[in-house]
Amino acid sequence: MVALETTVTGPAGTAPRAAGMAIDVRAVSHRFELHGAPLPVLDGVELRVEPGELVALLGPSGCGKSTLLRLIAGLEPPSSGRILADGRPIGGPDPSRVVVFQDPTLYPWRTVRDNVALGLEARGLLRSQGRRVEEALALVGLTGFAKAYPHQLSGGMAQRAALARALVNDPRLLVLDEPLGKLDSLTRLAMQSELVELWRSSGFTGLLVTHDIEEALFMATRVIVFSERPARIKADLPVDRPYPRHRGDPVLTELRHRILELLGLAETW
Amino acid sequence: MSVNDTAAALPAADGEALPSRDRLPRQAVRFGAVALLWLAAAGVTALWPDADEWERTGEFASLLAVAAGILAVAASLAAPLTAAPGGTARPAPRSRLSHAAGRLADSMPWLAVLALALIGWEVLTAKLNLLPRPFFAPPQALLEVYLDDWPRLLDCFAASLTLLATGYAIGSLLGIVTGVAIGWSRAVGYWVHPVLRLIGPLPATAWLPIAFFAFPTSWSASVFLIALASGVPVTILTWSGVAGVNSAYYDIARTLGASPRFLVTKVAVPAAMPHVFVGLFMGLGASFAVLVVAEMLGVKSGIGWYLQWAQGWAAYANMYAALLVMALVCSGLVTLLFRVRDRLLAWQKGMLKW
Repeated sequence: MVALETTVTGPAGTAPRAAGMAIDVRAVSHRFELHGAPLPVLDGVELRVEPGELVALLGPSGCGKSTLLRLIAGLEPPSSGRILADGRPIGGPDPSRVVVFQDPTLYPWRTVRDNVALGLEARGLLRSQGRRVEEALALVGLTGFAKAYPHQLSGGMAQRAALARALVNDPRLLVLDEPLGKLDSLTRLAMQSELVELWRSSGFTGLLVTHDIEEALFMATRVIVFSERPARIKADLPVDRPYPRHRGDPVLTELRHRILELLGLAETW
Repeated sequence: MSVNDTAAALPAADGEALPSRDRLPRQAVRFGAVALLWLAAAGVTALWPDADEWERTGEFASLLAVAAGILAVAASLAAPLTAAPGGTARPAPRSRLSHAAGRLADSMPWLAVLALALIGWEVLTAKLNLLPRPFFAPPQALLEVYLDDWPRLLDCFAASLTLLATGYAIGSLLGIVTGVAIGWSRAVGYWVHPVLRLIGPLPATAWLPIAFFAFPTSWSASVFLIALASGVPVTILTWSGVAGVNSAYYDIARTLGASPRFLVTKVAVPAAMPHVFVGLFMGLGASFAVLVVAEMLGVKSGIGWYLQWAQGWAAYANMYAALLVMALVCSGLVTLLFRVRDRLLAWQKGMLKW
């Protein structure tokens, strides 16, 4: 696999990687206004993510996990509490914290290459660092599709392109909001392994929202289990297993059982 | 080599199994028949004496004969190409030619009906004088206009196109800018939206009396009216396009470090482009209408003025001649717009074909 070079230019061959970012979520609560009535979605969330971790946020659908990601991405400010990135409060979106959404949301009027180039173009770096676009495309296996338009891609390819669009910015935090949620199960299993490989070779911190317990256990170093809305942290379970993992690993099976219990679904075991 | 040789060489002599043997004569017969129809139109025009004297009968007959000749030549070239697929000699130019031949074959029914219509028109007007004159001019009278009055027609079309281009360009540009501004900024929307709602549905021609009074020249007044007529639909559709942009597109760009300017020019505007082109199309239609009315009522040149002038002199042939060219020009402009759209919006699937 090709490693992405960082914006920091070092001596040849020693291109330093961007280190992962530390995230501190301190007493964050958030509510929306729905038909004039406040709708609390996050309730006193406390979370510390160490640099280089890959943390899965697991919970019932609609519980507020994705809202937490939007707050961490800086797309919205929290109603109360503070979120710190490397000790500094988050004031807005920043290319060091990139989001991959459940829908690839590629721009249909741009080719795959131009979609991937979006971040560099937006920051005026396309001219000097355009070659990173090709590297990112190679990284996700889309080199042959640079000139294709999004409507010509399959779901998995589109999500790979979205991933390349994030990775080309060399993020220190990659926020994944159910990135595999809409893919067919085979593509999904394959991309879980690819994502883990990317994370292990790149060194960024990863935050993965998912409602697939197996996916969380297969990929993450830690699984945070959320309650129903408004979301509170119910459990913080380290997954201390080496990579590459095996889906049949009895330790993962045991953890899976515990998580199902926490989510009130133990009787289905 | 001939198709018959190939047919003879094949073991199965069944007629259905050999479409080429069957299709070559049929295609050629169809092409030939249409050419004959045009020749018939030429014959009727030339040989049947006019009820009244018309100046350009001979020239019109020659024109029809030339058309028949071109068709006959095209037919003899095209028939074997459309009939016998699969290359023998030169495949590349052949496939291109046979594509053109296929298109010609498609238009055969139309060309046949056109010849019949011309014969009917010619007979009813010039030959039998059955339709009241001067309201119904024979086709050679139109030809006479094109041959004798072309400098004036050309002048008028040039004047009209200049006026149209000026007004339409100003209107579209302002429309796109205003539409983006309303869709983007709450403050602009607050102030402009009510004005647009009040003024938008008003036909631009309703402003005619005020415009001709308020502007220094009738030309500038017409530019204003055309800009207004084309600008309103462009504004509304651009606005609706910008308002309908998937908000996730903005989230993506914002997390990647995009400035507000980038969000407008590289996200909102391209995403709204399909809507903008609907507005441009509607605006173009509206601008044709306003152009003609403005020229009929105020401007002393242009195609609207020509129509008015021709009617004043009961020169109906001139009117029809001008209308025909105008239809071609308007249709051509719409085609041009659609070509531009097809090129710019090549990323879309399933577009309407004009």
